[in-house]
Amino acid sequence: MSTLELVVPAPRKITTEPRRSDKVFRGVVTAGGLSSLLLLGLIAIFLGYRGFEVLKQEGIGFITQSDWAISTDDAGNVIESNFGLAAMLVGTILCSIIAVVIALPISVFCALYLNFYAPGWLKKTLVTVIDLMAAFPSILFGIWGFLVLMPSVEYWAKLLHRNLGFIPVFDMKVPVFTRSPFVAGVVLAIMIIPIITSVSREIFSQAPLDRIQAAYALGATRWAMIKAVVLPHGRSGVIGGAMLGLGRAMGETVAVFTVLNIVFQINWQMLLGAGGNVASLIILKFGDASPYEIKALMAAGLVLFLLTLIVNGLANLIVKTTGKSGR
Amino acid sequence: MATSVQPTKPWKPSIRERANDVVIFLISIISSFVVVAMTPMKGKLAYFAIFFISYAFLTSIFKATQRGSAAAKDALVNSLVAIGTIVTVIPAASILATVLKKGLPGISFGLFTHDMGLATPTDPLSNGGLLHAITGTLTLVVIALILSVPIGISTALYLIEIKGRFTAPIRFLVQAMSGVPSIVAGLFILSAILYPITKAYSGLMGSLALTILMIPTIARTSEEVLNLIPNELREAGTALGATQWRTVAMIVLPAAKSGLITAIILGVARIAGETAPILLLTGGGDKVNPNAFNGPMGSLPYYIWKAFNAGSPEAITRAWAGLLVLVGLVLILFTSARFLGSREILK
Repeated sequence: MSTLELVVPAPRKITTEPRRSDKVFRGVVTAGGLSSLLLLGLIAIFLGYRGFEVLKQEGIGFITQSDWAISTDDAGNVIESNFGLAAMLVGTILCSIIAVVIALPISVFCALYLNFYAPGWLKKTLVTVIDLMAAFPSILFGIWGFLVLMPSVEYWAKLLHRNLGFIPVFDMKVPVFTRSPFVAGVVLAIMIIPIITSVSREIFSQAPLDRIQAAYALGATRWAMIKAVVLPHGRSGVIGGAMLGLGRAMGETVAVFTVLNIVFQINWQMLLGAGGNVASLIILKFGDASPYEIKALMAAGLVLFLLTLIVNGLANLIVKTTGKSGR
Repeated sequence: MATSVQPTKPWKPSIRERANDVVIFLISIISSFVVVAMTPMKGKLAYFAIFFISYAFLTSIFKATQRGSAAAKDALVNSLVAIGTIVTVIPAASILATVLKKGLPGISFGLFTHDMGLATPTDPLSNGGLLHAITGTLTLVVIALILSVPIGISTALYLIEIKGRFTAPIRFLVQAMSGVPSIVAGLFILSAILYPITKAYSGLMGSLALTILMIPTIARTSEEVLNLIPNELREAGTALGATQWRTVAMIVLPAAKSGLITAIILGVARIAGETAPILLLTGGGDKVNPNAFNGPMGSLPYYIWKAFNAGSPEAITRAWAGLLVLVGLVLILFTSARFLGSREILK
């Protein structure tokens, strides 16, 4: 008979402390996640730092004046300078508002068609085409807009001017229709239609199915159903999508630069061939700018950055809250 | 004998209703021709516009007489949503058709084997090509990929796998970052790196700006992909005693592989045609430049921009040919992203 020796192992230490590999993993991934915060902060800091001198000199006039002039002596020293963004800001806002006003109804109708009217195969094809359009480079829209679209748009502008000229925004004193904010607005509208359409489509597809079916069961026509169920559900989401489009339109550079005539004068007449745009100003002046003027351009970039950040932030907040509220 | 009963479709339009539709359709076509002939309006778009307006009106009036005002409104909205869709698709079709029509005459074999070192955009088309632009764009994209893929995917991993304290603000900031105008990204690199440190145009500067634009696209798409990975997989990994790092690296990421590749491809498609930061930062050389850290670097958008601004017929043809190559590139990337994305995530 053998003796059994009872071996009692020491109790294992139970811990929730992550292993070293996990700590490293979490650290690395968190650092990656925080990079967006870091980058956005750095953008604001560096543009502000470079543009500080100009911002300090111009003060509030930087966004309320509309002169943009600099004179230097032969040695390159600045004699006199005057930088004001007012005309450019007005132009940026005018162009992007025209774009959203044109694009919003078209996109909403298109999104409704895709969700509630189109047969399956057509829906798939159209969604692919619209997503592809969102991936087109902006220089393509610019050159196409300049060479192909602009003659047609000028013709529409003349029609608007002739038939609706009594409305102040369609009025103009000098009949110059080429390269007007209206043309830029139409090009931008074509660029943002895919964005607004896909956001609206997403929101509309979350409309509660039981209510849709209830509306049909009560004998509603398709439009009555949409009016009673889908539009109330998706209204704020569509507004958010429109603001995303607005933000994109405000920051667009090359496409606007090719079709817009930049003039340093505040102009609210959308059909007149004289507009402004902050992003295009930077491309226009960058080529032969003196170091001091570059600082002014940096300040202009900062203004544009803050403007788009605010618009985009609001848009995302609106879209997010609708997505969650559901019903 | 059992008689088989054929299912009926009472909602199907009768022959009479179809005939009515055809008549309305014909009347609208005729009226569009008549109106265009009688009024000073002209052009293809005028035909379209009048056809649609008359079709929308006639159908709704017809429905109103048949079934009352609710049906009339429904018919009107039917026409409106169709118009909205057509107006959305026409520009895409027009852009693709124009690029093909104007770009094809400029495409030749020499275009892909020469650079513009000894030619100017206004030279005849047989001189020079866009080799430097293609190599340049590839270099820019590859460097941007190397920088942005780790950052983008780790941002997505943070949002989905770690779900730490900063999840909500980071999600918000990534979305805000995707709205940063490309020109601002260019100005930032200019102010933060090019002026104080390198003081010279180079491909690397362009890549850095493109990285800023690419990170949010990759992060947002990867986040959606990782969200689709079922939680059971993670739980299984943990139950088998794997650490979180092993679970993510050996289970979650392989399961999401094709989706992540889709995210990366979409990011590349987003930046391949970016023009504004390229104009500010790369200097746009005319020769093939394999060194991204030194010397100006050409790229497709810069080539197109330069040719477009030169303005002569040859230069414009060059611009269209460059656009055709660029659009072809975007199309290939986009199609492969669709193909990968449409496959099942888990096989």
